[in-house]
Amino acid sequence: MNLKINNGFKSIAGLLLIISLFFAAPVMAMQSDSTVVDTTAVATAPAAAATVDSAAAPADTAATVAAAASDASTATTATAKVEEVKTIDPQVYKNFFYYVLLFLVICTIIAVIGKIHSVYVLTRKMNGKYNEYGNNNLQAALFLVFLVVFFAFVYYSYVVWGSWSWRDAATEHGQEIDRMFIITLVITTVVLVLTHAVLFVFTYVYRAKAKRQAYYYPHNDAIEKLWTIVPAIVLTVLVLFGFFTWRSITNVPEELQKSAIQVEVLAEQFKWSIRYPGNDGEIGKRNYKLTTPTNPYGIDFKDKSSWDDLQPQDIVIPVNKSVRFHILSKDIIHSFYIPDFRVQINAVPGMTNYFQFTPTVTTEEMRDRMNDPKYDFIMLCNKICGEGHWNMGKKVIVVTEAEYKEWLATQGKYFTEDLQKEFASNNVSEGVKTASVN
Amino acid sequence: MSSTVLSHDAAHHDAHGHHHETFLTKYIFSQDHKMIAKQFLITGIIMAVFAMLLSLLFRIQLAWPDKEFPILEVFLGKWAEGGRIRPDFFLSLVTIHGTMMVFFVLTAGLSGTFSNLLIPYQIGARDMASPLMNMLSYWFFFVACVIMIASFFIESGPASPGWTIYPPLSAVPTAIAGSGLGMTMWLASMTLFIVSQVLGGVNYISTILNMRTKGMDLWKMPLTIWSFFLTAIVGLLSFPVLVSAVVLLIFDRSAGTSFYLSDLVVQGQILPNEGGSPILFQHLFWFLGHPEVYIVVMPALGLTSEVISTNSRKPIFGYHAMVYSLVGITVLSFIVWGHHMFVTGMNPFLGGVFMITTLIIAVPSAVKSFNYMATLWRGNIRFTPAMMFAIGMVSFFISGGLTGLFLGNAALDINLHDTYFVVAHFHLVMGSASIFGMLCGVYHWYPKMFGRMMNEKLGYFHFWLTFIGAYLVFFPMHFMGIDGVPRRYYAFTEFAFMEKWVSVNILVTWAAIIAGVGQLAFLVNFFGSICRGKKATQNPWNSNTLEWTTPVEHIHGNWPGEIPSVYRWPYDYSKPGHNEDFIPQSTPFSQTMSSNMPHDFEGNEEAIRIQEQWNKDNNRVEG
Repeated sequence: MNLKINNGFKSIAGLLLIISLFFAAPVMAMQSDSTVVDTTAVATAPAAAATVDSAAAPADTAATVAAAASDASTATTATAKVEEVKTIDPQVYKNFFYYVLLFLVICTIIAVIGKIHSVYVLTRKMNGKYNEYGNNNLQAALFLVFLVVFFAFVYYSYVVWGSWSWRDAATEHGQEIDRMFIITLVITTVVLVLTHAVLFVFTYVYRAKAKRQAYYYPHNDAIEKLWTIVPAIVLTVLVLFGFFTWRSITNVPEELQKSAIQVEVLAEQFKWSIRYPGNDGEIGKRNYKLTTPTNPYGIDFKDKSSWDDLQPQDIVIPVNKSVRFHILSKDIIHSFYIPDFRVQINAVPGMTNYFQFTPTVTTEEMRDRMNDPKYDFIMLCNKICGEGHWNMGKKVIVVTEAEYKEWLATQGKYFTEDLQKEFASNNVSEGVKTASVN
Repeated sequence: MSSTVLSHDAAHHDAHGHHHETFLTKYIFSQDHKMIAKQFLITGIIMAVFAMLLSLLFRIQLAWPDKEFPILEVFLGKWAEGGRIRPDFFLSLVTIHGTMMVFFVLTAGLSGTFSNLLIPYQIGARDMASPLMNMLSYWFFFVACVIMIASFFIESGPASPGWTIYPPLSAVPTAIAGSGLGMTMWLASMTLFIVSQVLGGVNYISTILNMRTKGMDLWKMPLTIWSFFLTAIVGLLSFPVLVSAVVLLIFDRSAGTSFYLSDLVVQGQILPNEGGSPILFQHLFWFLGHPEVYIVVMPALGLTSEVISTNSRKPIFGYHAMVYSLVGITVLSFIVWGHHMFVTGMNPFLGGVFMITTLIIAVPSAVKSFNYMATLWRGNIRFTPAMMFAIGMVSFFISGGLTGLFLGNAALDINLHDTYFVVAHFHLVMGSASIFGMLCGVYHWYPKMFGRMMNEKLGYFHFWLTFIGAYLVFFPMHFMGIDGVPRRYYAFTEFAFMEKWVSVNILVTWAAIIAGVGQLAFLVNFFGSICRGKKATQNPWNSNTLEWTTPVEHIHGNWPGEIPSVYRWPYDYSKPGHNEDFIPQSTPFSQTMSSNMPHDFEGNEEAIRIQEQWNKDNNRVEG
């Protein structure tokens, strides 16, 4: 122990600390008491409100002492608060120092326990009863205890948090992914349990003992080959399985690409815009240079296939139909992520990414399944994109084919009447310009 | 300053007069590898504390998203107006926490410290190949740290596009406040940091290749040296690529080029850039970024190999396999970067290829883990604090590594990419594992660095708080990720399905606060023991490697007389027939006739003959 020097100094410092606490506790209790009164009196004191919780505990213990004082101080602090709305409540500092003191007290307690222990060790040594391996055994035993607690913790988290987090995929390819996830989960869990059991049982069983000598065992080529080859085989299986699943998701044959419902999604800080192709089934061209306040999407209306493009608020898709999403970004990188569908692809400015999938569960069915009448599929932004990143979602609604058709018919067009007028006048002036050049 | 220097100098002259060290040359601009190692370590610790405080700030925000903490406003001013951290500052916190931890703590703080300390010591050299470059390496690193911290004191705040600084977010100042001056400072800092790493790396490699003592052939090097050697190679080949990425980004930001930018309409403003690709940056970044993960974890693996072997009193199991798996990781680390980009729109076929290479890299990692366990088997384990951290490191390496099987699989990555699952994975496998490797190194080599011992009791206390704390912090995050909660979200309150995780966040944050405060036990122990620790003996752990043959007092040139020669590998622990359970590398076989094995002589027939003669004379039967 390094405590032997400055022992006098330490005890004095400790004493001072305790004395100061003696004084500090009632004073702080009084202060916090006065804020309790404050907040009831002045309803608009948000700073104080937050501190009430934290200060309430010490307040209880010394409430009777401070009761008289608080009445007097209430009036003054209340008026003070009205004057300095912008500045920080002094109570904030007091609470802060309260925690600092609390921490110092904990440190002192730990130091005292440490000291007591070293005194104990010293007496054991003097009596000749000190077991050199005592601490070693303790740490080994703690590892064993840790192992048990760790397994309990893993079990708890699988059961509780696992059930919170797991929902079966609501798409065709998602079911494939789920199956692979479960297989990988089983393999990794078995390995986790076995390796940790071995690790911590070994540390306990082979802890140092006076008479033991370690076994000089530098290598065993056979066993090393075994545990190189076994993981390699397991990984090969996983890789092949994963590779073919990945290819089947990303490598969609051309005719299926064409026959799918096309939906375009444009990401920007911090919202998503959606474009359906309209009756012609073709999404019109977009050119970012055409972006104007009236045409924020930058649609090129010279391309006639853009004239009937629809502008819905939510993403609505029919169940059991293949949908091909075209993902674009207007400004920076975002990510189109629908956890329930096992769908994700980044929205990258300057290029179009695609994700094609087939939903298998309607929103209604999902609500029944979840037993939550408000449940919705949600599409999130999953690539850091600025201060609104955490709040950039869009509802995804899966409906029956009939409902989808009905919904589609009610959606408004991008090419609004205002835009049509603007487009017409622009075209005229442009026509004049080209004429003069020629 | 100059007057103190002069007087100090004068005092020294009177006292010994054999060396002309001033305060400035001894403690500040030192060219001595031992001092530079301490400088790296202490700077690294300071950066770690700083980065940890940043993480506590955003953990508080995540646990209590609707609560106000007026004290935060006292320290952070407008960034925490009304006691709530602002969303853009939240992103800054995340960014700088990541950058500092990955680069300043786990790269410079870990490699810088232990490569500098142990390479000359363990290979038997008087100093690094180029002490001047070594000094420059530290000072470039130091300036990088200063610039990074300074970015907290500017109007627009520090950089905030995540530690991966993907453009266009990092390239367009109007996209986020932190992409103004803060980002410029990040880039400047990182450029200097890379210079530091390259200077250091060249030095480590040339020292290991050229300056080994007599008898220290490559296959007699401790695994620490192997890991530093391979780490330096990885760093030397990959860091310059990050320079190119950073320089091109600087051009895009300041010179109007379009390497990474195209088709942008930011805040209603059509930008003139055309023809660039943000994906290009991601390729360049991850070409460093993935090897960087191994730059971080390989030294930790080397340190733990040494500590586990020493404290199990057993040779490391499968020394050759350990080296080959490090070599395998080194080579493979360069061809797996694409697994960070499965869903970025990179050609999906390429994604499939990267998936195969990625899962191959799990094989050498598995071999290492199994070899650690085999080393423990039938050992005689001493639980020094260093050993505790080494075992903790193995635990983290396994539990974090296993989740890599999910993320490395492109199909599963679709749903897990950029979620909390990733956060949990890398914080366990490279964050916690490397930090534990580093702490294990600090506890183990502290006597060599400062000539004193650390307090053991505080060491155990520190270990258990950190070990349990880290699991409580990172393990629950896996489940948030499976549920689909994206990382870098400011609050979990906007989407119904995330709200249930706020309660778990409270657990996580409390665990983080307690474990974070627990680090004070380490700081008190570390800094307190420099002056007040128990005096260390020359070889406190009964270790075999050469550094323990040097005197406790640091002297210039490490060994007072000749550098010892090396005769054997570093893992002759508990060799049957020897009277002690360790045989230092500098002990010739002629002094250990009772424990020599035929294998030791590597086919030297004369030596085998002498040994056989001795065996016959002493009635020794070889086992």
